[in-house]
Amino acid sequence: MQLTTRHLLGIKDLQFSDIDLILSTATQFKEVLQRPIKKVPSLRDTTIVNLFYENSTRTRISFELAEKRLSADTLNFSASGSSVSKGETLLDTVNNILSMKVDMVVMRHSASGAPHFLAQHIPAAIINAGDGINEHPTQALLDAFSIREKCGTLEGKKVVLVGDIMHSRVALSNIYLLKKAGAEVMVAGPPTLIPKHISKAFDIRVEYDLVRALQWCDVANILRIQLERQNQVLFSSLREYNLAYGISRKVLDKVGREIVIMHPGPVNRGVEIDSDVADSKQSIILQQVENGVAVRMAVLYLLSDKSNLN
Amino acid sequence: MKVILDTYQLKIIIERLAYQLVENYTDLSTVALIGIQPRGIHLSDRIMAQLGKIRPGNPIRYGRLDITFYRDDIRQELHKPKQTDITFSLEDKNVILVDDVLFTGRTIRAGLDALLDFGRPKKVELCVLVNRRYSRQLPIQPDYCGKAIDSLKSQKVKVQWDPEQVILL
Repeated sequence: MQLTTRHLLGIKDLQFSDIDLILSTATQFKEVLQRPIKKVPSLRDTTIVNLFYENSTRTRISFELAEKRLSADTLNFSASGSSVSKGETLLDTVNNILSMKVDMVVMRHSASGAPHFLAQHIPAAIINAGDGINEHPTQALLDAFSIREKCGTLEGKKVVLVGDIMHSRVALSNIYLLKKAGAEVMVAGPPTLIPKHISKAFDIRVEYDLVRALQWCDVANILRIQLERQNQVLFSSLREYNLAYGISRKVLDKVGREIVIMHPGPVNRGVEIDSDVADSKQSIILQQVENGVAVRMAVLYLLSDKSNLN
Repeated sequence: MKVILDTYQLKIIIERLAYQLVENYTDLSTVALIGIQPRGIHLSDRIMAQLGKIRPGNPIRYGRLDITFYRDDIRQELHKPKQTDITFSLEDKNVILVDDVLFTGRTIRAGLDALLDFGRPKKVELCVLVNRRYSRQLPIQPDYCGKAIDSLKSQKVKVQWDPEQVILL
């Protein structure tokens, strides 16, 4: 029983069997998290560094908690306040950390491909916690886990990703995963935020009308507008975006049937989603966060296998 | 290949193990039967069914325990975790751990570790179908035993449930 990969760099490189193994292992870890003592000794011989070159709340806390629940030793590194500001390169920083006998690296970076670069140069297992606009594999895995938990299966389910598809690593990872799992995928949003050839490239649907998109789907994953990555004006104002593509109670009433609402966080209330929807029973946003710890425990546990080190 | 226990002998042993439990614990409501995944649960399922026949409405708590995350050999081989469903607290319970074959004792060691995460039991006892004597690597012995056998380290004991028999390879 093993993953076919030594690193988790993206969903793109995973087989469906890997995804299935991670999700079924996560189910058992979720049970562990319901126990009076929510901790197992599996990784007590493993040291993990969390290397965050970009801001994060959920992902970093979730990874750190997952590591601690597995009894691993953890180191936290964030670019601000480190020698990065003195001009140390990424590779030097990581090699210095690894020389202190660290086994795994969890890494977030604003440059797409940073973890892939690192994987070619260092022996430790690398887990991508988000790289630029490329991938955020653990988010896609926990989204899939949450959909499975809510709907029973991914196969044949209709999932729409709404919003900033262009700049969202969550979108890309989700598309790869959902396609591999046999779900039907649609992306919806303003034309300026949807890459031009995405429909052909991934064999997915594209819809520019929000209500029509929501009427089609079983699950709607609402993505955050990534203002920090947009270097040109792609829509006129946040208010206008909200009026056209924000998920509000009024829009959901037009859909007529109950769909599952997801959001990877952080939520911009009143922009891509309104409070009355985010806090409603339809939304599984907080379950996603809860499942994130179990899914990350599964990923860390499965990648900690040193027997496949060559 | 040698058959150690055939279907009929297995049936009698399971009946005996169930009666031994009833004999030892007059108040069965203090007892929790915990089958160890993946192979121990076949035995614990059957003991549980037998207890139901002996004591209709038998109040024993029953759970299944997966010990994958507590193994001491995860650096040699990763195992796929199975379901754990212990939906009650083990605090102050008389816990009977059930597994099919007792060999090195390492699975039971992991099982004891895992159990403690569900509360502090009053007492833990071990029930196994086959006890492979003189092969222990840890000081662990069964309290209830189907059959004790002497075997070589290189041999394998296989418990099959369809058809029900125990064989020595």
